[in-house]
Amino acid sequence: MIRLTDVHKAFGSNRVLRGVNLHVPKGTSMVIIGGSGTGKSVALKCVLGLVAPDSGTIEVDGQDVRKGDRDAFLARFGMLFQGGALFDSLPVWQNVAFRLMRGSLKRPKDEAREIAIEKLRRVGLKPDVADKLPAELSGGMQKRVGLARAIAAEPEIIFFDEPTTGLDPIMSGVINELIREIVTEMGATAMTITHDMSSVRAIADNVAMLHDGVIKWTGPVAQMDASGDPYLDQFIHGRAEGPIEAVR
Amino acid sequence: MILSSPLAALGRSTLALLAALGRFVIFTAQTISHLARPPFYPREFGHALMQIGYFSLPVVGLTALFTGGALALQIYAGSARFSAEAVVPQIVAIGMVRELGPVLVGLMIAARVTSSIAAEIATMKVTEQIDALVTLSTHPMKYLTLPRVLAATLVMPMLVGVGDVIGIYGGFLVGTERLGFNATTYLKNTADFLEMRDIVSSLAKGAVFGFIAALMGCYYGMNSARGAMGVGRATKGSVVAAAILILAANFILTEAFFSA
Repeated sequence: MIRLTDVHKAFGSNRVLRGVNLHVPKGTSMVIIGGSGTGKSVALKCVLGLVAPDSGTIEVDGQDVRKGDRDAFLARFGMLFQGGALFDSLPVWQNVAFRLMRGSLKRPKDEAREIAIEKLRRVGLKPDVADKLPAELSGGMQKRVGLARAIAAEPEIIFFDEPTTGLDPIMSGVINELIREIVTEMGATAMTITHDMSSVRAIADNVAMLHDGVIKWTGPVAQMDASGDPYLDQFIHGRAEGPIEAVR
Repeated sequence: MILSSPLAALGRSTLALLAALGRFVIFTAQTISHLARPPFYPREFGHALMQIGYFSLPVVGLTALFTGGALALQIYAGSARFSAEAVVPQIVAIGMVRELGPVLVGLMIAARVTSSIAAEIATMKVTEQIDALVTLSTHPMKYLTLPRVLAATLVMPMLVGVGDVIGIYGGFLVGTERLGFNATTYLKNTADFLEMRDIVSSLAKGAVFGFIAALMGCYYGMNSARGAMGVGRATKGSVVAAAILILAANFILTEAFFSA
């Protein structure tokens, strides 16, 4: 469904992506792991068109993402941002129903609010949260609202950018479970980037290890522990010694 | 080698300046081009009208009131040297309407509105809210820039008009209460001396200054660097650029309206 072929991206002299090749089959959950600053977020943003790759192709269902109707393309996606990226000036329900209140998916206000409250309930939040402002919520609740917004328009493809960063282990577990449940029940294709190994084991069908701007290893999550790949092995066990240089 | 280094630095600065100018021109053209392309966001436009127009009234009113009063005192003191104290109403009116009203309102809006727009949009950029807008099929320039720029351009002439009236009233208060002018004569002299051209130039300056103030806030916000320092720099840069451009535009518009 999503295919990246020889994708390169540099910011000045910093070559972040140096020929990424990756295939995410339809209806599967792919988790990209890798150290900080290895280009995981950039790869995700390249697919969405938020960052333009310098070279290479990115296809969704065989269609080049740079061609065709951009609104229709983006309407297929939902995204949970690392910090939630909720709009401060709007109450929670309007954040969740943002896409349903404008553009091609526009619904009457009452219906959009109803859907928003339903999605909030789906991520474990009570309806009384709907009229609060994002600043009034805890970090975990903001993540859940972000998740509700990502699934509000029932997208075919959902991206999760560091979904558990900054959360305590229990809340991380809750978010991981929610993501797994939602992806399964919606039949969506999911791409998640994280360096939290508990997230990887909870969310992934397949795993890809990004290092030095290329995919070092990719395969089913069940094969991850016995991959024999020294980079992956070092990363999943959190060892300081190995082929990945640890800056001290 | 000794000479090439400063020359290279000069070349780099010039190229960077031209690139920045090019980015700004493209940004301005894109903003204007969205005027003719739906969708439009009336709620955002209404919100911007309130924020830029209605909530700026107190600061505009107080600035104009004190400036008009001080202007009357200064003109009275200066004209007394030539026994020409009677010109106070006329000079206050012309000074406020042609210059001080639009320029001071423009600068106050640059301080209050440009900084607020730049800080808000820069924070949205840093916290990925701009990226979130894109993923939600909403063009950030349509949703954030156009409503603010359009609202500021339309509401600023009204603010300048209010500022002009309050500034003249400040001069009137000082003139009648402190300097001994007759109220009816003061008002008659003010009204008789002002021409339609003065009022039109004042309102036109307001529209241009409003456009500049909002555009600079949006431009610096959208191009902010990451982190708190990036937001701070964007805010400071936007206010400085808006103030300088407003003063430069004021000179050009004054030349255009009154040079003949």
